Amino acid sequence: MNPVRAAPAANASRLPVVAIAGNPNTGKTTLFNRMTGSDQKVGNYPGVTVERHSGKLKLGSGRTVELVDVPGTYSLSARSREEEIAIQAVAGLTPFEPPDLVVLVVDATQLSRNLYMVLQVLELGVPIVVALNMTDMLAGRGEEIDVAHLSRELGLPVVPVSALHGTGFDELVREIDRVIAKPDSAQPGARWSPDSSALLADINAVAACIPQPWKRGSTDRERALSLWALLSIEDHDELVGVPTDLRRVVTERRKLATDAGRQIDLEVIRGRYGWIDARIDAFLKRKGPVARSLTESIDAVLLNPVFGFAIFLTLMGLVFQSLFSWADPAMKLVESLFDGLATLVRGTLPPGLFQQFLTDGVIAGVGSIVVFLPQILLLFLFIGVLEDSGYMARVAFLMDRIMRALGLHGRAFVPMLSGYACAVPAILATRTMERQRDRTLTMMVIPLMTCSARLPVYTLIIGALFPAALVFGFMPTQGLLMVGMYLFSTLMALAAAAVLSRTMFKGKRVPLILEMPPYRFPHWPSVLRMMLQRSKAFLVTAGSVILLISIILWALLTFPRDAHLADKIAAAQARVVAQHLPLDQEAEQVADIVGGMRGEALRSTYGGRLGHLIEPVIKPLGFDWKIGVGLVGAFAAREVFVSTMGVVYGVGDKVDEKSTTLRAKIRAEEREDGKPVYTPLVGLSLMIFFALACQCMSTLAAVYRETKSWRWPVFLFAYMTALAWVASFIVYQGGRALGFA
Amino acid sequence: MKRLHDIRPGESARLAQLGGERSFQRRLMELGLLPGTRVRLVRRAGVGDLVELEVRGGHISLRRSEVSELLFERER
Repeated sequence: MNPVRAAPAANASRLPVVAIAGNPNTGKTTLFNRMTGSDQKVGNYPGVTVERHSGKLKLGSGRTVELVDVPGTYSLSARSREEEIAIQAVAGLTPFEPPDLVVLVVDATQLSRNLYMVLQVLELGVPIVVALNMTDMLAGRGEEIDVAHLSRELGLPVVPVSALHGTGFDELVREIDRVIAKPDSAQPGARWSPDSSALLADINAVAACIPQPWKRGSTDRERALSLWALLSIEDHDELVGVPTDLRRVVTERRKLATDAGRQIDLEVIRGRYGWIDARIDAFLKRKGPVARSLTESIDAVLLNPVFGFAIFLTLMGLVFQSLFSWADPAMKLVESLFDGLATLVRGTLPPGLFQQFLTDGVIAGVGSIVVFLPQILLLFLFIGVLEDSGYMARVAFLMDRIMRALGLHGRAFVPMLSGYACAVPAILATRTMERQRDRTLTMMVIPLMTCSARLPVYTLIIGALFPAALVFGFMPTQGLLMVGMYLFSTLMALAAAAVLSRTMFKGKRVPLILEMPPYRFPHWPSVLRMMLQRSKAFLVTAGSVILLISIILWALLTFPRDAHLADKIAAAQARVVAQHLPLDQEAEQVADIVGGMRGEALRSTYGGRLGHLIEPVIKPLGFDWKIGVGLVGAFAAREVFVSTMGVVYGVGDKVDEKSTTLRAKIRAEEREDGKPVYTPLVGLSLMIFFALACQCMSTLAAVYRETKSWRWPVFLFAYMTALAWVASFIVYQGGRALGFA
Repeated sequence: MKRLHDIRPGESARLAQLGGERSFQRRLMELGLLPGTRVRLVRRAGVGDLVELEVRGGHISLRRSEVSELLFERER
């Protein structure tokens, strides 16, 4: 398999690969988006959850190349899986082949740091074109780059561009075209070479163990990869695919060096920076005094312990408010569209199993996927702006202490907050963190936040079982309970983060190095593109899982079915009509009988039997089998609990959480011994269960989509359900022991 | 020799010696923070223990507790 290029079989006709690489925050992705336009493919690198963005570019010569947006990295030694992918893709380490050309995006305002990576890639012997980005920002700093001189010294084509304004692209594409046709015209090769005999001896020793396929017959590459190995391999690195003898020889040489009082890392990195420092004044001309940058002035306010936090909280409030309420009309619209579609199908197709399958299985399933779109689009609009403007780094800066105490990354704050609206977009938003460990941990905690789907369930239970009284004469009990549920879920989520980060996610603590990029105006097309790509990815991957589970749940709550149910209902209706009652009485009786029959039918389905089956397990929590059926139905989405209970109690599935009939039925429900099934204690136990259990297939599908493995959704479901059971058990049994009913 | 917490915001100093685990030191060096490099302390976070440094025109934030081994000398 060769992930960077087409499959080997297609090698003869494969397109030349142009990798777009560079430091993070250099405008690399904006440049990539400009060059490929809308013609982009988003895939995954095999075996990892790092996304691979690629697109086609037609050159002036008529040749078409494949552009690949490589994850940003500061150097060719990795601190994360993303960085390792970047390195493998640029260096052409197994399983990658070297790209035909690397476009290195260089931030002109941070020239020396960016040149460090240019020097490293040069050593590998890959043809390079340097895209010198943000040159337009230099003038404001009183600086100017001598492009011709830089190009001469590097031996590479250097093209000044502005990814933001789209200037310089014609020239960049021309250079790519020229170098692809004549790779020798860019002169890769080491600009800095080690001169100490000790370091050369290390390189020679390591070179013997560099695998043949990596070298591709080039001594330049052999030397470059030896340096890479000496700098990157260590006892606890996470590098994949390093041969054991290479690992052994590097460890040996490093130990010898340390014993001799040498520091190989320092020797090499200082050597490269020495080359840069000797020339930087010739590359970069300063025309005036350095002004304090605008970014620093803005940060004086935005990172201020008082104003900074106030502004931050206001911004977050805005994000939260928009997810919670602005998305609502759009979601209602989606729901009514799908309801309309179902009605249309009911009107067109003959009644029967197929019609039910289409309306209650497929249309309801697709509807429950599409309904997430408004929130996902909105959240990614915000995240795109926060990231692109540079503010996300400030969020991490402000939240570092609090989040670190919980074992979470500072950037986990925005996804966690979004979890109060809905876990699904929040889980997709964990991508804002670089490390897989941080992302997965955050995903395991988000579903504990009180999402909006729990509200109908709480409203139903509180409305039915807790009287509208005042505590201390002014605080409404019902409102207090609702606030209490929010507090409870937040504390549980924070506790879960603290526990998980110290147990399952315990790992080597990585010291923080947080780059603070200058503030910039967001590049809107890039923000919008990310918004659409994320939404599409959700619809396809998570959507298919959600649709499948919806159909399974529909089948569970439908089969085995009484084929004559419709006839029986019709007959019963006819009997009522024959009694010639007053119209309102007639309607009431019909509703009662039909509801009763529907409820009866539901109870005899597999789902209904499942409710019976799990009764022994949920009985200690105070739940009977009817609640069990509700719990089975609520796996589709928590709010479905309300309509499932509606059917179970014969009120019909068109109820909402404010239905007085359903509330009355619930209050009136009695056990065999004549005591009420639902006491306030049972209600509390049920709410605690809903607060903690992962009753949401969409959440699990989203975690599957983001981790590309069933391991994490299964773990999430198991630990949350266990937590919910234990907590409800404590509440119910503890409450009984204390003398509550 | 000074440590980072001896430097006031706005002050510059030269890095004398790195510290911490290898991959952390290596990354700091790759970002241009080598012995002899001039560093300016931009700010300290009012909340938390972050410090923002300017190194070679770029800004990075580090945790004070994680860079306590770094040694600096007065800017000449």
